[in-house]
Amino acid sequence: MASHYEAPIRKPLVIGDKGYHDVTVDIAAPVEGKANKQWWIVFSISLLAFLWGIGCIIYTISTGIGTWGLNKTVGWAWDITNFVWWVGIGHAGTLISAVLLLFRQKWRMAINRSAEAMTIFSVIQAGLFPIIHMGRPWLAYWVLPIPNQFGSLWVNFNSPLLWDVFAISTYLSVSLVFWWTGLLPDFAMIRDRAVKPFQKKIYSLLSFGWTGRAKDWQRFEEVSLVLAGLATPLVLSVHTIVSFDFATSVIPGWHTTIFPPYFVAGAVFSGFAMVNTLLIIMRKVSNLEAYITIQHIELMNIVIMITGSIVGCAYITELFMAWYSGVEYEQYAFLNRATGPYAWAYWAMMTCNVFSPQFMWSKKLRTSIMFSFFISIVVNIGMWFERFVIIVTSLHRDYLPSSWTMFSPTFVDIGIFIGTIGFFFVLFLLYSRTFPVIAQAEVKSILKSSGEKYKTLREAGKPMYEINRVADIKEKIVEEKSLPEADSKEQVSALLTSIGVFDSAVDTPDDLKQIKGIGPQMEITLNQIGVYTFAQVSRMTQKEYDLLDSITGSFPGRAQRDDWAGQAKILNNKK
Amino acid sequence: MSSKVIHAFYNDDDVLMHAVKKVKAAKFHIEEVYCPFPVHGLDKAMGLAPTRLAIMSFMYGCVGLSVAITMMNYMMIQDWPQDIGGKPSFSYLENMPAFVPIMFELTVFFAAHLMVITFYMRSKLWPFKEAENPDVRTTDDHFLMEIEIHDNEAELKELLLSTGAVEINITEK
Repeated sequence: MASHYEAPIRKPLVIGDKGYHDVTVDIAAPVEGKANKQWWIVFSISLLAFLWGIGCIIYTISTGIGTWGLNKTVGWAWDITNFVWWVGIGHAGTLISAVLLLFRQKWRMAINRSAEAMTIFSVIQAGLFPIIHMGRPWLAYWVLPIPNQFGSLWVNFNSPLLWDVFAISTYLSVSLVFWWTGLLPDFAMIRDRAVKPFQKKIYSLLSFGWTGRAKDWQRFEEVSLVLAGLATPLVLSVHTIVSFDFATSVIPGWHTTIFPPYFVAGAVFSGFAMVNTLLIIMRKVSNLEAYITIQHIELMNIVIMITGSIVGCAYITELFMAWYSGVEYEQYAFLNRATGPYAWAYWAMMTCNVFSPQFMWSKKLRTSIMFSFFISIVVNIGMWFERFVIIVTSLHRDYLPSSWTMFSPTFVDIGIFIGTIGFFFVLFLLYSRTFPVIAQAEVKSILKSSGEKYKTLREAGKPMYEINRVADIKEKIVEEKSLPEADSKEQVSALLTSIGVFDSAVDTPDDLKQIKGIGPQMEITLNQIGVYTFAQVSRMTQKEYDLLDSITGSFPGRAQRDDWAGQAKILNNKK
Repeated sequence: MSSKVIHAFYNDDDVLMHAVKKVKAAKFHIEEVYCPFPVHGLDKAMGLAPTRLAIMSFMYGCVGLSVAITMMNYMMIQDWPQDIGGKPSFSYLENMPAFVPIMFELTVFFAAHLMVITFYMRSKLWPFKEAENPDVRTTDDHFLMEIEIHDNEAELKELLLSTGAVEINITEK
């Protein structure tokens, strides 16, 4: 079909000989399989960090903000630095799913699910900081415009801090529904594959009863498109409004008109870096290299390089404007940044954010996985320092030299920050084991245009599909061929030697019908051959499947398709 | 009412599209098509009316904008006008620039959430809703076309076989 055409010059986005069913199996595998040891180790470390963070938060709230390193000159430090850092990271998800959807970038489909998850989890971390900093978080509802006991005193709609409340909560909730709507068909896929009733129940609950009618898909696509259209200006507005927290103030170094675009570019920059950090690990751990390819990493590196350069331009523009304005206070603020006591932070920021992404001009470096991972970490550190530089160095040299001071964080400041990193990874690790981490329905829809299998077919001039009379007509139930043929004795013994013989004295037979794809008839056939237990089935490989097919003669290829061995292994472990 | 339906399975979206066109051309009514992923042009081929969700979203956005304007006019201008930073709150129009961020956010908030809620209601999607796809393979790699049978079983079977269906089931509905 013409709509599946894609220029041959474009590299495949799904590598390997993958058909629709392979996509299903590959993406369901991390959810259906068991967590490995590394997962548990990383999860435990994250959980410990998270618990430490909770301890520090409790200490802060019960004792007061005085437990932080703030002083009367630097009244805003790590809390707001961490807040802006996390909000910034939370920008890549919606950018990837919304902006790249509007631009019809197909490569977003392998990464949008995880990027959106990252967005939601990091915005949750960001939201914690203003609430903790309130000191009395149980009064957090005071930021809402609700009738209150102080007469008609309303919240101040002129304040950028209140704009933040609206911007961040709109962003979080809209990202959440965007994410969840996209997840429905994928949850439905896992639901329909689930073997055990509990999993089936959970995933049918999560999938909201998604059925996949033509009309549902039509609405689904429209909703995705409109949400993308709404989310695009939204994502730009959120960091713009965050930058207003500073830009509308009168502090030298803060009240610059370049802040909105500069913050948005910085947010995209740090967000993509975090996506790279997470996905480079996840593609390896969850065996998704065929979907999140080097090509994806390279494209993200290019975005990092471009946004990093935009951020670099903004830094230089700031310096120029400070000089050109002729305002001594402004000039001093920037001179102090580059040469004052916090010069190390400024130059760390410059090195990480402006210098390091320039390596990505080299094709060799940006297609290197190790190097991309390294740079993504460097960029995350650099972007944290950017916020630290803007906030602390602008404040620590006050209008009165007598109040000039330095800021040093206490263990509580550090603990809360580490705690949010732990919380973030706890959420992300749980997500990676229970959610379909790639938008499989969308990947299937581009498989014919961008999958390697179909690209190869197209190049070879072979048809992508054939219309043949192949169907078998079934009235309700099929009669299955049951008895093994007489001359297959040898094959049966060959099969049993490789998968193990059932000994009724030691073993107990399992209910093989629990394996998806084995019906009552097939179970009888298997029993006749001598296969009774999950352990036997789990030892089957391609060779045994072929043997089995030739013995039974019914449903060739069925066992591979449903991955009997894999299912049996799970069932055997759970016995 | 119990009626007999025919379920034709396809394992390729292109084959499905050809089949839908062929079945439509033969003047059969396609009850439903279940797909594992969106097939572009299927709604048109089946003759489904275009969805009006985008229009609804626009109207919800207008509601959100009006709510924002009404709310801030009441709270900041009418109910308790304050003089903040030497900028008194006498008229909505003069103070409006400071309200633009919230006007925008509420427009998006209403447009997005109400549209998604409408979508969930119209497509009957909510927690504890039972899925209604007739075969579990329709969320994996199979497409299912459902056609009602009215004394034309043989003719339908023959037609569907020729369209390349990989499996044809006849069931009571």
